[in-house]
Amino acid sequence: MSAGVISKTVRGFTGSLARTLISENSAHARGLLQALDPRVKLVGLLALVVAAALSRKLAVMAALFGLGVVLAVASRLSLWSFAKRVWLVAFGFTAMIAAPALFLTPGQPMYTLPLGSLAVTAQGARSALLLIARVEATVTLSTLLVLTTPWMHLLKALRTLLVPMEVIAMLAMTHRYVVLLTETANAMFESRQSRMVGRLSGHEQRRLMVNTGGVLLSKTLALGNEVFLAMQARGFRGEVRLLTDFRLRAWDYLAMSGFAVASVAAVVAGR
Amino acid sequence: MHIPDGYLSPSTCAVMYAASAPCWWAALRRTRKKLFGRTLPLLSLFAAFSFVTMMFNLPLPGGTTGHAVGVGIAAIVLGPWASMLAISLALAIQALFFGDGGITTLGANCFNMAIAGSFAAWGIYQLVSFGAAAESRRRVVAAALAGYGAINVSALLAAIEFGLQPMLFRDAAGAPLYAPYPLSIAIPAMMAGHLTIAGAAEAMMSAGLFSYLRRNEPGLVGMTSQPVTRQVTRGLWGALAVVLLLTPLGIVASGAAWGEWAPKDFVNAGTRAQIAAASGNAVAPAAAPSGLARMANIWTAPMPEYAPHFVKSATFGYLLSAMFGVGLILAVAWVAQRWARPVHPTAELSAKPSAKQRSEP
Repeated sequence: MSAGVISKTVRGFTGSLARTLISENSAHARGLLQALDPRVKLVGLLALVVAAALSRKLAVMAALFGLGVVLAVASRLSLWSFAKRVWLVAFGFTAMIAAPALFLTPGQPMYTLPLGSLAVTAQGARSALLLIARVEATVTLSTLLVLTTPWMHLLKALRTLLVPMEVIAMLAMTHRYVVLLTETANAMFESRQSRMVGRLSGHEQRRLMVNTGGVLLSKTLALGNEVFLAMQARGFRGEVRLLTDFRLRAWDYLAMSGFAVASVAAVVAGR
Repeated sequence: MHIPDGYLSPSTCAVMYAASAPCWWAALRRTRKKLFGRTLPLLSLFAAFSFVTMMFNLPLPGGTTGHAVGVGIAAIVLGPWASMLAISLALAIQALFFGDGGITTLGANCFNMAIAGSFAAWGIYQLVSFGAAAESRRRVVAAALAGYGAINVSALLAAIEFGLQPMLFRDAAGAPLYAPYPLSIAIPAMMAGHLTIAGAAEAMMSAGLFSYLRRNEPGLVGMTSQPVTRQVTRGLWGALAVVLLLTPLGIVASGAAWGEWAPKDFVNAGTRAQIAAASGNAVAPAAAPSGLARMANIWTAPMPEYAPHFVKSATFGYLLSAMFGVGLILAVAWVAQRWARPVHPTAELSAKPSAKQRSEP
């Protein structure tokens, strides 16, 4: 336990940085979704996510999940990595939440447990299945968006949804400094770990965590001032302009139609 | 706490986006005016900081660990408006880039944690620390309570959103379409973890970061937040008064809360039917369980069921009970305030402006 909390935190940081690298790499691969205009992809995949959320039928959710798998394969994403990082995590979390609903949802008893009087109800089973299927379908579709679109393109595409330019600029800056601050925090914890002999008590561990957080906050605010001064030096006067060089091609119009047909069909069939 | 896609109905998500949008708009306007060009880097950097601190594993007494959202310290340092933007940015990055929290539920997550959380943290901090000197211990207590209160307000809102789903969205056979648990299960299940582990982590992070900043960077505490003025606290007292006046709304809800039954409820046919309906059609015992019957009369509340026996009107009884409850809390707070006074009496005096300071423009 001496360095348990520090190691756990450092592992979390490393995992986060690794995910950033993986999604940047996959976003630049030569695949189906990567070739699409980010605006088409954003609106199209969001429409499918909303269709999955609206659906009341398991078959429709399964079809949308299947479409997500086909798009992942066509976009050269590793299904194994997808299963490990997305499907299993979402399934484990949702199944844990949905399991008690099998017994707690009022309805017709379907199966009574051999010990005690707990019974799985038909309504409970359907509710748990609907929740798991919906979460898997929506998570697959939204992850596709992130894994096949460079972050900067995704942000610029948000203008399509009328997100203010100022907010887009802040999101871009936040993302950049998330990586920097994660590396800084990682370095602070590693340097502390390398100087540590023996065990830290719970109180000392809490103190270490909070003090590191404090130092990180001081550095953050100091960096904020430096960035502001640098922006002013470059001529920033409070107005944000974005360079958007997206152009729709025939392929994008075709994909747009495909997304529209799939979403409308899913909404109609899922009623 | 980060609600993923699929747990809330699209109409709930739309309502939560609609509720968050005017707050974001007002926050952008206010912070733009206050910070000029600094808004951009300051909020972005603070959002990045909040994101990173969410990954800190805080060891808690009892051997478990928890994560803090950072909304308590954000509201204290930046003020509620800038804080809600910074935390919203962090949540957006988490949802869009790391898949933590859904895209359709981003409005709900931002409303719960960034908007309601920031206001709750800021309000609690202002109320508890009002009149305290900069170096007073009461400010640290206020920071801890701000973090604790904020995270629990957020959790309660999330639990209500979950709990409303099976009430509003079911299929023809009665199966819930989204989050399956009613309010009677969603609220205790959600609050149990937040009143203990998550609340403790947030309180510890807020108080610890506040102490650190006050010791090492005193100029940064309250950098952009509103100064504590009588006008601000008057507004908070006004809000409390409105909530007090709304307490008779409790009369609108019929029946007893799940699990809060009295022995007499087990013999009343109407109440028995309500218990069965709320408990998966499980038939309630014919009589009150012996333990419940034995222990029920150990303590008789002075105002049972929010209705003092000398008051005939239920509405007035509710109001009176609410006033009495709030009065008790204020009395406890006053005692805590006396206890948490600084060790050096001069510290308190230094908070009051001198005559010379007051005369300055």
